[in-house]
Amino acid sequence: MTVGIASQVGERLDGLRAQGRAGLVGYLPVGYPTVPGSVDAVRTMIDAGVDVVELGMPYSDPVMDGPLIQRAADAALRGGTKVADTIRAVEQVAGRGAPILVMTYWNLVLRYGVDAYARDLASAGGAGLITPDLIPDEAADWIAASDEHGLDRVFLVAPSSTPERLASTSAASRGFVYAASTMGVTGLRASVGPRAQALVSDTRAAGAERVCVGVGVSTAEHAAQVASYADGVIVGSALVRTLVDAPDPAAGLDALAALTADLATGVASAAR
Amino acid sequence: MTGRPDVQPEHSRGRLATHAGPYFGDFGGRFVPEALIAALDELDVSYHKALTDPTFGAELARLHRTYTGRPSPLTEVPRFAAHVGEGVRVFLKREDLNHTGSHKINNVLGQALLVKRMGKTRVIAETGAGQHGVATATAAALMDLECTIYMGEEDTERQALNVARMRLLGAEVIPVTIGTRTLKDAINEALRDWVANVETTHYLLGTVTGPHPFPEMVRDFHKVIGEEARAQLASEIGRLPDAVVACVGGGSNAMGIFNAFLDDPDVRLFGFEAGGLGISSGKHAARFSGGEPGVLHGAKSYLLQDDDGQTLPSHSVSAGLDYPSVGPEHAWLHDIGRAQYRPVSDDEAMEAFRVLCHTEGIIPAIESAHALAGAIALGREAREWSDEPVLLVNLSGRGDKDVATAAAWFGLIEDEPTVLADEGEQL
Repeated sequence: MTVGIASQVGERLDGLRAQGRAGLVGYLPVGYPTVPGSVDAVRTMIDAGVDVVELGMPYSDPVMDGPLIQRAADAALRGGTKVADTIRAVEQVAGRGAPILVMTYWNLVLRYGVDAYARDLASAGGAGLITPDLIPDEAADWIAASDEHGLDRVFLVAPSSTPERLASTSAASRGFVYAASTMGVTGLRASVGPRAQALVSDTRAAGAERVCVGVGVSTAEHAAQVASYADGVIVGSALVRTLVDAPDPAAGLDALAALTADLATGVASAAR
Repeated sequence: MTGRPDVQPEHSRGRLATHAGPYFGDFGGRFVPEALIAALDELDVSYHKALTDPTFGAELARLHRTYTGRPSPLTEVPRFAAHVGEGVRVFLKREDLNHTGSHKINNVLGQALLVKRMGKTRVIAETGAGQHGVATATAAALMDLECTIYMGEEDTERQALNVARMRLLGAEVIPVTIGTRTLKDAINEALRDWVANVETTHYLLGTVTGPHPFPEMVRDFHKVIGEEARAQLASEIGRLPDAVVACVGGGSNAMGIFNAFLDDPDVRLFGFEAGGLGISSGKHAARFSGGEPGVLHGAKSYLLQDDDGQTLPSHSVSAGLDYPSVGPEHAWLHDIGRAQYRPVSDDEAMEAFRVLCHTEGIIPAIESAHALAGAIALGREAREWSDEPVLLVNLSGRGDKDVATAAAWFGLIEDEPTVLADEGEQL
């Protein structure tokens, strides 16, 4: 990991580690069900116990996402959600007790201008970016801009990553390394991928300071299991589903708060 | 295999024809999830190993000769050429006569042989009009591979007979119901499948787009088109053509025929993309006239996108050209001025389609009709190049699949035309 630049997310995860527990990272897309509705949802999620927010910017071609998040993103785009809404949403939810990472496919940042995006995200109070389709090999501009503006950069590793790539990706990351628990896209699964734990220890051995696990982590039981070996537990589709399945927005926020609290309890209960 | 090289090879120094990925100037690269990098590296290594293995080349050449029907003929078309301009000679490279009806089989057989070498047992592919899907299903049957084809639901409805062809060949066809339900979304879904099943599965990408090594590898599997044409022209007229003309969707047939002439600066290269209903209408697939650099499906290239970077839907009467991005090598050839790219409207393409049918007894694919329309548009210019200008046009596919679209277009079906005549329908 790059030293010398403070990491909002790193400090949060280190603080939790000092308390003997992992962090809960919660994903929600901007603009679902509406832009203000998504801001309410993120606030609800923070108040109910997520430690770090992963705010997703909807994209027309999200190849790392399964059907649930695809459909929510589709609805958000049809509702007119813009990249600028992400920056505004960050501004509205930052400072509430959880660092805000934006999860975005790369062309949206490229189009906005890599340095301009980093500048605006930083001044909105954002912590950094998770980039599912940008590997460090292609990220020279983003590495420079995130250094310049003091932002975290979360790259992904997968069970297929070679030891060399685990090392280079860990070295390029700041905040944490995102370990995909399984070979596949985001979505609800019956169990956490069997290779997740080994991937976390391999990634640490390759030099990562912090490793969080996502993709297919859906229940409090999964969360407790992952929290026993990882620095953070990333939950997306299960949280999005509370909003998708709700009969009305108020019921959605209630269900979201309940699941978040449940997941937070699971994380806190983990034997470490 | 990844990572930006410290020194970009300068096109002025090396040969253009053998330029290797991952970068073509500012374009190309690997903008994909990390989960796919190991498979892309494995593919890159297997491909380059195969290149130096004479048994691979011999096996592919045998398939070309005995299965595809290569070399494809070169046909001079004087009655068509009269519509291009007085004194202009036009030669068609007849990829339409290949098994499965287009150039697509060249790449599919090459990749399928690699799949066997990598020990994988399953192939997946995307398809728009169905041509690449049919070619992939064909190779999968030939080489005993499990085969799944992703196709936008809208395309499965208007291409019902190609869906049936793929299923007859033993492939599973999965309609994609998300997004715009067309080719772009079929590629998204194929990439998702690949991420989940990469250990057993090869993504048999159908054109010169996508992450490295696909643009370089698919070009190499198609360069036989230009190499044959160059030799055939040499024996017919004893010289190089003044211009090489091709249609450009993703760009594989164009790269295939351009490649052999890239390092002959006197040979002009023209790519014609789908102008659809006109650039100002917004309903087109003219990435060079109406797009800007961006990233889609793993590569940086010219892209139809909105102010936010969201992909814009494309339009063309030809499903095979109806794609919002283009191969990164084309983007590079465009920027360094080695090739020129121009739009051809639906109307111009269909008029050229009609002319070739009537003058030469050849029914072209509507994709290839864009190249023919481009040749007609070049007529006036061509007469300034030399006394007897020679145009080499890649006839990339045959029009059997397009009979319903064309019949509807020209009003040839009087009874209940709606049965066959949804716009873009291709049998």
